[in-house]
Amino acid sequence: MESKLHGIMAEFDTPSDLVDAARKVRDAGYTKTDAFSPFPLHEIDEALGIKRSILPYLIFCGGITGLLSGIGLQYFVHVFDWPIIVGGRPHFSLPAFIPPAYELTILFSAFVAVFGMLFLNGLPAPYHPVFNVPRFALATREKFFLIIESKDEKYEYAETRSFMESLAPQEVFDVEE
Amino acid sequence: MKDDKELQKKLHPAMLEGDHSFASVTDKISDVTLKKRTPFHWFIGFGLAFMVAQLLLFSVMWLLANGIGVWGNNQPVGWAFDIINFVWWIGIGHAGTLISAILLLLNQKWRTSINRFAEAMTLFAVACAAMFPLLHTGRPWLAAYWLFPYPNTMGIWPNFRSPLIWDVFAVSTYATVSALFWYVGLIPDLATLRDRAKNKYFKFVYAALSWGWRGSARHCHRYEITYLILAGLSTPLVLSVHSIVSFDFSVSQVPGWHATIFPPYFVAGAVFAGFAMVLILCIPLRKWYRMQDFITHQHLIYMAKVMLATGLIVVYGYAMEAFFGWYSASQYEVFMVKNRIWEGPYWWSYWMLIFCNGISIQFLWFKRFRESEFWLFVISVIVSVGMWLERFVIIVTSLHRDFLPSSWAMYSPRVWDWTMFIGTIGFFFTLIYLFVRFVPIISIFEVRTLLPEANVHGHQQDFEENVNEVEYTYDRTDPPND
Repeated sequence: MESKLHGIMAEFDTPSDLVDAARKVRDAGYTKTDAFSPFPLHEIDEALGIKRSILPYLIFCGGITGLLSGIGLQYFVHVFDWPIIVGGRPHFSLPAFIPPAYELTILFSAFVAVFGMLFLNGLPAPYHPVFNVPRFALATREKFFLIIESKDEKYEYAETRSFMESLAPQEVFDVEE
Repeated sequence: MKDDKELQKKLHPAMLEGDHSFASVTDKISDVTLKKRTPFHWFIGFGLAFMVAQLLLFSVMWLLANGIGVWGNNQPVGWAFDIINFVWWIGIGHAGTLISAILLLLNQKWRTSINRFAEAMTLFAVACAAMFPLLHTGRPWLAAYWLFPYPNTMGIWPNFRSPLIWDVFAVSTYATVSALFWYVGLIPDLATLRDRAKNKYFKFVYAALSWGWRGSARHCHRYEITYLILAGLSTPLVLSVHSIVSFDFSVSQVPGWHATIFPPYFVAGAVFAGFAMVLILCIPLRKWYRMQDFITHQHLIYMAKVMLATGLIVVYGYAMEAFFGWYSASQYEVFMVKNRIWEGPYWWSYWMLIFCNGISIQFLWFKRFRESEFWLFVISVIVSVGMWLERFVIIVTSLHRDFLPSSWAMYSPRVWDWTMFIGTIGFFFTLIYLFVRFVPIISIFEVRTLLPEANVHGHQQDFEENVNEVEYTYDRTDPPND
C-alpha cells in the first residue's frame, strides 16, 4: 500500500492557508512538494522554495538565434546565392534587412517561450496521479492543494501524514500512483 | 480617513461588480460554454454571419476563376480595395494585442476581463487581413514562392529590400505570436472546462486542449514568466507590424504616401480602430451573456477614453500630412494636398473621413456620451467606417492623380470588390460567434485574481494594518502580486 502511493495531499480553503502550510512544509525539510491553486500565486514560489526558472535565458538564446537566422538568411540570399543589384543598393543592405530579422527575433523567442515552458513543465501530460483524488477537480475552480510526494527523502507514510494533518487542512488524501 | 477611502475608490474603481467568490466567477463564465442552452439570438447571429461569409466564398471562387480583372483596380490605381481592406483589418487586430500585452505591462487591471475576446478579435481580424494580399496575387497557389523564402526549383528568392516582404514577415509573425499568446492564456481555463464538463466528449476535447494542466505551483511559476515575456515580446511586435504596413506606402515615392509621420500615425489609427471594434463587440456581448459584473461600466468608459486619445493622435496625423505637403514646397505634394481636400473628385471622401474620425469622437469629451452605451456603440461604428475611409483616402486619392496627367484615371469599386469585403465581415463574425460558444469569453483564472480573497493575508486590502506582519524575506526580482 505504502509503496504504491504517489504522495499525500492536503486541501485548503484560502490562498493564505496554502501559503502558510507551504512554508511549514518547506521548513520541515521536504523538497519533493507541489502546490495547486486555481490561479498563479506569487507568494507560493518563496513559500515552497521554488528556484527561479532558466526559461528567460532560453528565450534570450531563442531570440539571438532568430536574429542571426534572419540576418544569415538575407545574407545568403542577397550576397551569396543570388547577388543582384536592386535599386542601386549594395548586396548587403543592412537597413533594409532589419525588419525581417527583427520579426524573426520575436518569432523565435515566442516559440521558445511557449514550447520551452511546456517542455520544462513536462506538458502535455495526459495522465497524472493527482487526478486520482476526486476532489482535485476543484483545483481549477476554488480550492487549494498541497502535496508531498513519496519520492521525497524525508517521506515516511505515517509521519508525513500526521504532519500534513497538523497543518490544519480541510482534508488529507492519499494520492494513488 | 473616510475621504481617503472615497478618493481611493474614485482613483481605483472596482473592476468587478457584484458579490462573487472563486466558485461563482468560475461558474458564471464557464456556464456560458458548458451548461446554458445556446441562446436563440446566437443562432440568428451566427446564421446571418455565416450566410454573409458565403459571399466571401463565392467571391473568392469567382476571383480565382476569372483573375483580378473582376475587381475595379486599374492603372494608376493598381492598389485599391485589396490593400484598403488589408490595412483596415490588420489595424483592428492591434487593439487586442494592446489590451493583452501593453496594458499587462502597464499593470492595468481592467484589461483582465476584456483581454480574452480582444485577443480572439485580433486573431480573426488578422485572418481576414491575410486573405487580401494572398488573393490580390490572383494565383495564391503561386504566392508561396513570391512571398516566402524557400529553396524552390526555379532558384528564385524574394527581394528582402522590399517593404512587401517585410510585410509578409511582420504579419505572419504577428498572427503566430498572437495565436500563441491567446492559447497560452487559455490553457488554465481549458483545464477548468475539462474539470467541469459533464459530457464525456467535451471533457476529452478540453482535456486534450489543456495539455494536462493541473495548476501546479512549479508550472505556474514558469507559466507566469512565459506570459510576461510574451507580453514584452508582443509590445514591440505590435508597434512594428503597423509601422511595417505603413512602410508599404511611405517607402514609395508617391506624393501622399512618402511621409515620415506614417508609422506612428498608422499605429495610433490601428489602436483607434481596434478599440472601436472591441466596443462594438463588447457592448452587446456583456448584455446578452449578462457579464456586466465582469465587464463593468468602468471598462467601457476606459475604452472610450483610449479611443478618444488615439483618435486625437490620428487627427493630429491628418493635420501634419497637410502641413508636410505645404511645407515641402514640392509642387506634386502641394497638388496632392489640394486635390485630396478640395479640388479633386474625391473631396467628399476626405470630409466624410474628417467627420467620422475627427468630429464624431469629440462627443467623447462629454460624460453623457461616454457613459451611454448607445452613443458609445454608435460612435464606434462611425469610427470603424472612418478608419476604412482613411485608407481609401490615402490609397485612392494619392494614386488616381500621380505625376503624369496623361495617366490620371478615376477609380470605382465593382460588385466583386464589395462582396469580398462584406464577405470578410461575415467571416469575422462567424468566427466570433463560434468563439463565444466554445471558449470562455472572459479569462476565468485572471478574474479570480481580482477577488479580494485572492490576496494572501489580504495585504492588498489592509496594507497599512498588515504591513509589519507580512514578511519580506523574499528578494527575488519577481513582479509584486498587484
